[in-house]
Amino acid sequence: MPKTLSRVLLTVVLLPLLIPTLGVFHAENPPQTPSQNIASDTAHFPRSFGLGRVATQVEIKKLDIDVRPDGKGLPIGSGISAKGKSIFELKCAPCHGIGGVGGPNGSLVSSVPAAGKRPERTIGNYWPYATTVFDYVRRAMPFNAPGSLTDEEVYHLTAYLLHANKIIDETTVIDAKSLPKVVMPAHQLFIPDNRKGGPEIK
Amino acid sequence: MKNKLIEIGQIAPKFSRRKLLGGAATAAVAIVQTAQGKNLQQAITVGDLPDDPTKVVGTLAGEVGTRSSFEKLVKKPSDISSRSPLQDFYGMITPSDLHFERHHAGVPTIDPNKHELLIHGLVEKPLVFKLSDLKRFPSVSRIAFLECSGNYRTGKETLSPQEICGLTSQSEWTGVKLSTLFREVGVKPNASWFLAEGGDAAVMTRSIPVKKGWDDAIIAYAQNGEALRPEQGYPVRLFLPGWEGNTSVKWLRRLELSDAPFMTREETSKYTESVNGKIRQFSFDIDARSIITYPSYPQRIEKGWVEIRGLAWSGRGKVVQVEVSTNAGKSWQLARLQEPILDKAHVQFRYLWEWKGESTEIMSRVTDETGYVQPTYQQLIAARGADGGYHFNAIASWQIKPDGAVLHKPEK
Repeated sequence: MPKTLSRVLLTVVLLPLLIPTLGVFHAENPPQTPSQNIASDTAHFPRSFGLGRVATQVEIKKLDIDVRPDGKGLPIGSGISAKGKSIFELKCAPCHGIGGVGGPNGSLVSSVPAAGKRPERTIGNYWPYATTVFDYVRRAMPFNAPGSLTDEEVYHLTAYLLHANKIIDETTVIDAKSLPKVVMPAHQLFIPDNRKGGPEIK
Repeated sequence: MKNKLIEIGQIAPKFSRRKLLGGAATAAVAIVQTAQGKNLQQAITVGDLPDDPTKVVGTLAGEVGTRSSFEKLVKKPSDISSRSPLQDFYGMITPSDLHFERHHAGVPTIDPNKHELLIHGLVEKPLVFKLSDLKRFPSVSRIAFLECSGNYRTGKETLSPQEICGLTSQSEWTGVKLSTLFREVGVKPNASWFLAEGGDAAVMTRSIPVKKGWDDAIIAYAQNGEALRPEQGYPVRLFLPGWEGNTSVKWLRRLELSDAPFMTREETSKYTESVNGKIRQFSFDIDARSIITYPSYPQRIEKGWVEIRGLAWSGRGKVVQVEVSTNAGKSWQLARLQEPILDKAHVQFRYLWEWKGESTEIMSRVTDETGYVQPTYQQLIAARGADGGYHFNAIASWQIKPDGAVLHKPEK
């Protein structure tokens, strides 16, 4: 191979390969992490692998559909129980029963249990946060057409389900401000995991 | 896809057909060539079997292997889950096609070339990774069990191990450590939880403490040496060793770092358990558990030596010992454990027992490295109240009848 050509090859082909390699071996110490193991496992890592692309705010917004108990993530719009009732009868009652009681996929609304039966777990007696109703209905319901409801419809349905469970009255408007303030009856029942391993059975 | 039946004579024309096939044996050695040219052993009935397999040329080399048509291993599906046939397994690995399934809106069909994972929220640099990006990061493999926390049944004698607790399976998982991705995006110090979101029709979500992400979480794209099965989250899933299966979100499309849990449906109205009038939440760890898988219903045993076999595991670390009782819990003997005994992994145990035809009950209990001893059903009820629910890891007993029949002992 002529000398010139090999020098060109070294510069054009090899150098770009060498640069990231050098980066790997001369990387600065990785940032501190909570675990000693991780720090030692990653001591030879570069600061960044340079993989992936930076997410734009537009694409984050498109996917970021979650709603937190403090209301973060709730969209604009509002709903009332009366409008939610008619949507529910059309799109939800086949699975969850008329009035949200007794459908094949479970009741959503509390009712008096039959003699000798335990009460069914419902939004009224088991759900600790009202925001979860909005989040879940919007992301996964109805089962046969998930993600098909508009934000406005989800607000109406949320208002209906809260009213049917006697948590809000029928005139309450549910929106990004009012929904996080709704106190659920089951809220005070929830405790964090108290199991820790060891001999005690919990 | 059309399957084309071909005879040996057609694929091995240089041999005399008469020499190869002795007349009546023709049907027995028929193999299937698919449209892709795969040679597969065709399911054949016993009546078609060659009298002497050494006198008939077998199936030629194919593109994918087959399970013997004599082996009828099947999961047990319901509308929402499908249970692993624990009683049919040997060793510690679950064949991928027999790994249990649990999903909330079916198994999605995802194009791996279009699938992306977004990591955003409390990070320095929100990033989107293609599957090919994830595969370029330093990789890790780990053998660990995955168990649904709603994995307990009792109440009747005719229950098999698959029916009692078939929502546990074990694989070798390969992927990139989540800590590696956390470094890449620059997780902020005030991030304490992250949301994991699936790309299925349930768009299923769970909140996970960030610490678990740093400790041992894997963003897995492979299972037992090949790409994930669709039922296990193809093309990419979260895998959290030792934690209840629901937190290992499949078909993973998004992670959002946050300073609080999101209180999603699956961590509030589901995957929580009633404990003495309260509702216990974020019960992530799978407590230690074991079950005898042989002998078990509907098997029968004969008098003489019986090797009692089973599986034991703990989500809190390694299995330290497994004890077996062959006299209804009056006394306990140490079982042998099959190496390797891995952290947060199914371990096979064995105990040699001479059965003389007496009516009795056999059972196993595991101790893990935290000192936790697998409880009885009554101990769990005493500790939590009578509502049952998730994380029910009680000792399961088998009744041995004088005729050798084996039946589950229903708990009351």
